[in-house]
Amino acid sequence: MRIKCPLCGDRDSREFTPMGHETYMNRPDDEGWSPAWDNYLHLRDNPAGITREMWYHGAGCTSWLRVERDTVTHDILRVELAVDVKRGNA
Amino acid sequence: MVKLLAKSPVEGLVPLEINGLTLTESGPGPITSVAPYAGQEAAASGALKALIGAEMPSPNRSTGREGARVVWTGAGQAMVIGADVDPSLAQHAALTDQSDAWITFKLQGQGVEDVLARLTPLDLNPGVFKTGHAARSQLGHMNAVFLKVAADAFESMIFRSMARTAVHEFEIAMKAVAARAALS
Ligand SMILES: [Zn+2]
Repeated sequence: MRIKCPLCGDRDSREFTPMGHETYMNRPDDEGWSPAWDNYLHLRDNPAGITREMWYHGAGCTSWLRVERDTVTHDILRVELAVDVKRGNA
Repeated sequence: MVKLLAKSPVEGLVPLEINGLTLTESGPGPITSVAPYAGQEAAASGALKALIGAEMPSPNRSTGREGARVVWTGAGQAMVIGADVDPSLAQHAALTDQSDAWITFKLQGQGVEDVLARLTPLDLNPGVFKTGHAARSQLGHMNAVFLKVAADAFESMIFRSMARTAVHEFEIAMKAVAARAALS
C-alpha cells in the first residue's frame, strides 16, 4: 500500500501510522462528560467500503493526514493535510 | 582545566570501502533547525536569504551549497547546515541548535542507489531524485534525512545515538550489493 502525502509525494506505507477514524478531528467542546464524548472516544463504525481516517507521516514530514480509503479494495482515494482540513483550505 | 576532546561516534568504523563504494562521515559543521512561525514563512525565508544567501526550500528540496545549505526536513521545518544562523532570525522562526544531535554519512560511488534501495523505501531513481533533492524517510528502522549531493553521492543524516547501528546497516547493504555483482 502506498500513500501520496501532499508534502512528500508517493510513499511506502511503512512510513505511516494509522490512528483511526476522522472522528478524532472533532473533539467535543464541552468539558464535562456527555454522549458526544462517548462517541468521540468509543463509538466507531466498521465499514466495508469507503472510510476516512487519520494517518501520521512519522517517518516523513511528521504531518497528520486525513486519508479517504476503501477498506475492501485498499484503494487510497484522497489524502489531505489535517491542518488544511481544519482550517478549511483542503 | 580539563581539556575535552571531540570524538566521532563512529571512530574506527569509517571510512568503509566496499566494491568501489565509499562510506565516510561528513563533518558538515553547525546544524540549526529553522521553523517559521505561522504567517512568517516568507519573512523567514527572506531574512535567511539575506543572512546566508539561501532561502527556505520547498518540500523535498534543498537550497544553497556545501558550507551554507538549507535542507527541507519536514512540515514547516528546514535545517541550516554548515553556516551559523544569526539570532535575529528568531523574530520570524523558532531556532534550535541541533549540531550534536545528528551524524551525517556520505555514501558515494557507482550504483549508490542499489545500496540505498536496500535500506530505504524512497524512490531514488536518478530520473526522480535529482542532485539537490532532499527527503525524510527511513534507513532501516531509523528515521533519516537524505540529500543527494552529486550524481553518485548521497548524504544521510541519522540521529547521532544510532550512528553505529547505521554503519552496520550500510555495511550489510554494501556487502550484499557487492556479492550480487560478483555473481553476474
Ligand atoms: Zn509527508
